[in-house]
Amino acid sequence: MSEKEKEPMFSAKIWKLLTSPFNQNNPITVQILGICSALAVTAKLKPAFVMALSVTIVTACSSFIISLIRKSIPSRIRIIVQLVVVAALVILVDQVLKAFVYDVSKQLSVFVGLIITNCIIMGRIEAFALGNKPWASFVDGAGNGLGYGMILIILGFFRELLGAGTLWGYQVIPDSWYVANGGFYSNNGLMLLPPMALICVGIIIWIQRSRNKSLIEK
Amino acid sequence: MNKNSNTYIIGYSAVMVIVVAAVLSFASLSLQSRQNDNVRIEKMNDILRSIGEGEGADSAPDKAKYVKEEYDKYIVESYAVNTKGEKVEGVDAFNLLINLKAEYDKPEADRVLPVFVSRSDEGVIHYILPVWGAGLWGPIWGYIALDVDWNTIYGVVFDHKSETPGLGAEITMAEFRDQFKEKKIYEESSMVAISVLKGVGASAGNIHAVDAISGGTITSRGVETMLKDCLTDYSAYMNKERAALSAPVAAQTDESEIPADSLTINK
Repeated sequence: MSEKEKEPMFSAKIWKLLTSPFNQNNPITVQILGICSALAVTAKLKPAFVMALSVTIVTACSSFIISLIRKSIPSRIRIIVQLVVVAALVILVDQVLKAFVYDVSKQLSVFVGLIITNCIIMGRIEAFALGNKPWASFVDGAGNGLGYGMILIILGFFRELLGAGTLWGYQVIPDSWYVANGGFYSNNGLMLLPPMALICVGIIIWIQRSRNKSLIEK
Repeated sequence: MNKNSNTYIIGYSAVMVIVVAAVLSFASLSLQSRQNDNVRIEKMNDILRSIGEGEGADSAPDKAKYVKEEYDKYIVESYAVNTKGEKVEGVDAFNLLINLKAEYDKPEADRVLPVFVSRSDEGVIHYILPVWGAGLWGPIWGYIALDVDWNTIYGVVFDHKSETPGLGAEITMAEFRDQFKEKKIYEESSMVAISVLKGVGASAGNIHAVDAISGGTITSRGVETMLKDCLTDYSAYMNKERAALSAPVAAQTDESEIPADSLTINK
C-alpha cells in the first residue's frame, strides 16, 4: 500500500462497509441471500449465535484471503479458487469447534459444513473482495456476516421464546402459565418449523421496509 | 505473464491444492487428540447421566477431569457380550462403544456389544446398555440404565447427530427422557422394549410405552426401532441373567461364571 493511498483504519468509507449490512444492505432481508440456513438453524438461540459467529469468521477471512491473492487468480478458474478457500476455512472452523467447543459443534452438526453453500460468502467475494484491498474486504465480509448474524439472532430469539418457552436453553415462561399446570399458555409448535421461520423473515422485511422507504421497489 | 494460459492455471491450482491440503492436515492432526478426548469424555458423561450422575459436568471448571473421576467412581465394571448371550473375553467395552456403529453394521450373529455396570453411593447396581439407531437425518444413540432385575428402566440418555433442533432433537431433553423411568422392557418373559406412541398422554398407564415428540414423528419412531433392535440383540444375554435371578441356585451350578460376577458386585 503506497503512502498516497493510505487511509485511517476506520475511515467513513470503511465504517459504512461495516454498518450498511445491518440495514440498507442486509444480506438476508434486502439481498435475500442465505435464507436456507437462516431457516434451518434458528429454532434455538444458541446454535443461531454460534452459526452467526462462524459465518462472520468465514466471510471475513475468505474475503481477506481472496483479496490478498486477487491479482494472481486466473479469471477462468476464479470460482474454483474461491470455493477452495471458503471450503478450507469452513473445515478449519469445524475442526476448531470440534476440539474446543464440542457441545456447540454437535448442536450445529451439518450446518457448519453447509456454510460453504451460503450464498453470502461467494456473493461478497465476487462482488467486493475481487476488486478491493484486503482490509476493506475483511471489513465488508465481517459486516455482511454480522448483518446475517443479527437476523439469525432475532429469529432465534423469537422462535425459541414462542416455540419452546426457553431462551439459551433456560426456561423463561413461568411453568405455572402452562395449560398442563392449570394456566392459560401453551407453546406454539409452529414456531419451531422452518415455514414459520420464513414467515418471520417476511415480517422482519415488512417492518424494515415500513421504516426505510428507500428499500421499497417502484 | 499470461494469467489465462493453461500452464499458469494448472500450476496455480496445483500449488493452491497443496497449500490447502497441508494447512488442513496440520490442523486435523494437531486437533485430533483433543477431538478424540472430547468424544470419550462425552460418552463417559452420557453413561453417567443415564444413572443420574455426572450432572455437574457442564459447570465443572475442568470438565474432562470431573467426568473421568465420576466415571471411575461409579462405573465399577464393563464387559462385552455377544448376541448369543455369552460373555466375550479380551475385549475392551469402551473401545467397542467408540465404534458402536461398526458392530451394528455387522450381521447380527457377529456383533459384540458392551455392557457397563455401575454402583451408586448406596451400593445399588445398575446395568447400562448402549443403543444405536437411525433418526430422520442421521444416527441417534443412547444409553439405557436397567435395574438389577434387567427389566425396569432406571434412566435413559439419548443423543443424535443431526436431528432438527426443537423437533426431533428434543429426544435429548429431560421431558422426553424422564418418561422412560420405571417403564418395563419385559412383558412376562418376552422382550417387548418400549413403544413410542403418538399424541400427548397416549402412553398414560402403559408400562411399555412413552409419548412421542410432536413434530418429531420420524425421530420418535427411530427411537422406538432403535430400542427394539438393540435390546433384542442383548435379549439372549438378558434372558440368561433373568433366569439366573429367578433361579439362583440352579444357575450357580450350570452357569457358574455369570452369577459369580454378579455376586462380587453385590457384596
